[in-house]
Amino acid sequence: MRRLRSLILAGLVAVAAAAPAVASEEMEYPKNEWSHGGVTRGFSNIFGTFDRKALQRGFQVYKEVCSACHSMNLLSYRNLAALGYNEAEITAIAAGYDMTDGPNDEGEMFTRKGVPADHFKAPFPNEKAAAAANGGKAPPDLSLIVKARKGGEDYIVALLTGFEPAPAGFTVPSGGNYNKAFPGHVIAMPPPLSDGGVTFADGTKATVEQQAKDVATFLAWAAEPNLEARHQMGLKVMIFLIVLAGILYAAKRAVWADQH
Amino acid sequence: MAHGPSSSFKNPVVNWLDQRLPIFTMIQKEYGVFPTPRNFNYFWNFGAIAMIMLVTMIVSGIVLAMHYTPNTNLAFNSVERIMRDVNFGWLIRYIHMNGASFFFIAVYIHIFRGLYYGSYKKPRELLWIIGVVIFLLMMATAFMGYVLPWGQMSFWGATVITNLFSALPLVGQDIVTLLWGGFSVDNPTLNRFFALHYLLPFVIAAVVFLHVAALHVTGSNNPLGVEPKGPQDTLPFHPYYTVKDSFGTVVYLAIFAAFVFYAPNFFGEPDNYIQANPMVTPPHIVPEWYFLPYYAILRSITFDISIPFTGLKLIEAKLGGVIAMFGSIAILFILPWLDTSPVRSARFRPIFKKGILAFLVAFFLLMYVGAQTADAAWHLGGLEIPLVYVGQFATLVYFGFFLSLPFVGLIEKPLPLPASIAKPVLGGGASAAGATAKPMEKA
Repeated sequence: MRRLRSLILAGLVAVAAAAPAVASEEMEYPKNEWSHGGVTRGFSNIFGTFDRKALQRGFQVYKEVCSACHSMNLLSYRNLAALGYNEAEITAIAAGYDMTDGPNDEGEMFTRKGVPADHFKAPFPNEKAAAAANGGKAPPDLSLIVKARKGGEDYIVALLTGFEPAPAGFTVPSGGNYNKAFPGHVIAMPPPLSDGGVTFADGTKATVEQQAKDVATFLAWAAEPNLEARHQMGLKVMIFLIVLAGILYAAKRAVWADQH
Repeated sequence: MAHGPSSSFKNPVVNWLDQRLPIFTMIQKEYGVFPTPRNFNYFWNFGAIAMIMLVTMIVSGIVLAMHYTPNTNLAFNSVERIMRDVNFGWLIRYIHMNGASFFFIAVYIHIFRGLYYGSYKKPRELLWIIGVVIFLLMMATAFMGYVLPWGQMSFWGATVITNLFSALPLVGQDIVTLLWGGFSVDNPTLNRFFALHYLLPFVIAAVVFLHVAALHVTGSNNPLGVEPKGPQDTLPFHPYYTVKDSFGTVVYLAIFAAFVFYAPNFFGEPDNYIQANPMVTPPHIVPEWYFLPYYAILRSITFDISIPFTGLKLIEAKLGGVIAMFGSIAILFILPWLDTSPVRSARFRPIFKKGILAFLVAFFLLMYVGAQTADAAWHLGGLEIPLVYVGQFATLVYFGFFLSLPFVGLIEKPLPLPASIAKPVLGGGASAAGATAKPMEKA
């Protein structure tokens, strides 16, 4: 059995060692420190919690910059309570948007102020409108973007800070922008962030890097809002199962004592 | 099962019930005093573990079905509603998602155990075949379950796999239309997959019952592969194996829980968090990890099979791949008759032992190749090895292992078998000279 095990291990090691040698177009993104551990990185920080201040700054970046083109259809204003906003603040944020509702008893659609139960207002009435206004392709919804891209939060940061002049010999088609992190390097989105493009209420200096990290934190929360509950419950479940396994092992030893 | 007068129980209620329906007698017989070989190692835990995973999947799946909507416009968002708004929905969904992977891990280890220790041999052929049926049902269930969240990988995986059937001659296209309920993967496909995904686990449970019933006719195999020859070779199932199975199961559940709570998307594909879009093909379509070896076998057949010198095509590459893929499972059905050796356990079979290790390495290699793009290659120094060749080589080893078994049984000289289970376990004469003659005869 021992030889079997070492042979299996040797086989796996051989496969693993050969793996990096595979020619691959997949990109690696610089890894950042995330207080929540990284949504797509397994076992990164089992006690991780979201940085509340970064979440609020990230939401501000989304609200003032990204939301001009990108929807977040899966989120409601009420969800913002998780960012540390109180009820009055959330009501005020929601009231800042006009929502189309109806039909009313007269059969007419009407406009009203947003309420916390409303979903985030999308920048375009439908996907066709979004595509028409953006050169033929609708900007992706951002609700799940961190879980829907290889690299997760790190990819978002790399993308938002990855705009630079195209290297010599690389032709960027019209309507495209060069981005070193985007697969294929040509992205329709123009550089969205600029130093000082937003003014943070908490006095944090709004560099492009800072905004990118904050909005990535916010988008990570949006994709995985139950991460903190999951980490907390996980700890209890793991302790329970490990203790139970210990008790059962002791029981097994006791039961088998007369057989060895 | 139990006929004639039942045993009497102290509790009068139990006694009253048992005299009319002897379930307590049955439990006592099949799980209480049931004679079980005394020398199981921890590989023998995985039957119980697989059973627990099946129950976990059915329970979590039923709760998910209460909140899920099988409609192409609503399915993706209904899953996200489960993740966000349903109380503990994220927990139930992550249990179900990772539970599929851990069900397959347990079953793969269980199958490997059966291979390594020769559990498929007489008199357990039918037990083995029923097990292969369970495995096939699991694959069908898992495939259809993966379609339900209606992400990009759901949709395109379903498109690729259902299209395979079109390679079958004459009836292929009709089968595909029947699977789709139309002319592409669409709402009717999602609806019938949901219905079948709900149905099949109960079929699996029924076949598992047959599996266990057949097991209790022949009794379990054991690491030595020699039949128990008397009470000194066995232990009552309870408490010896109830406690050992419980311990093993809880350790396995702890590993499972670690993934559910700390790496829930480890086995998943990012693309499946994008809603299905028939107009956009993902750059790299991959099935779930547990299908990768078969996917690699499918892609390994890149050549038509024709009659030499005539240019007459017998089997197109696509059909050849489909045949190889289904053949890789189908060959398990005839395994009990392929293996001609009377010795069960690989411990006493030097050639078979090397063969099964090569098979295992080939299996992992295929799993690895299946996850890569079709044009990927290894670069070793200046040498470029296209992974297609690696996959073809591993496919050859996979089938070669099974097809060489009739000959291995003839040429192999097995090591001397112990006289009985009790002897080596209790340390009474480990050499057991002269016990090689007729190892398989039951006492």
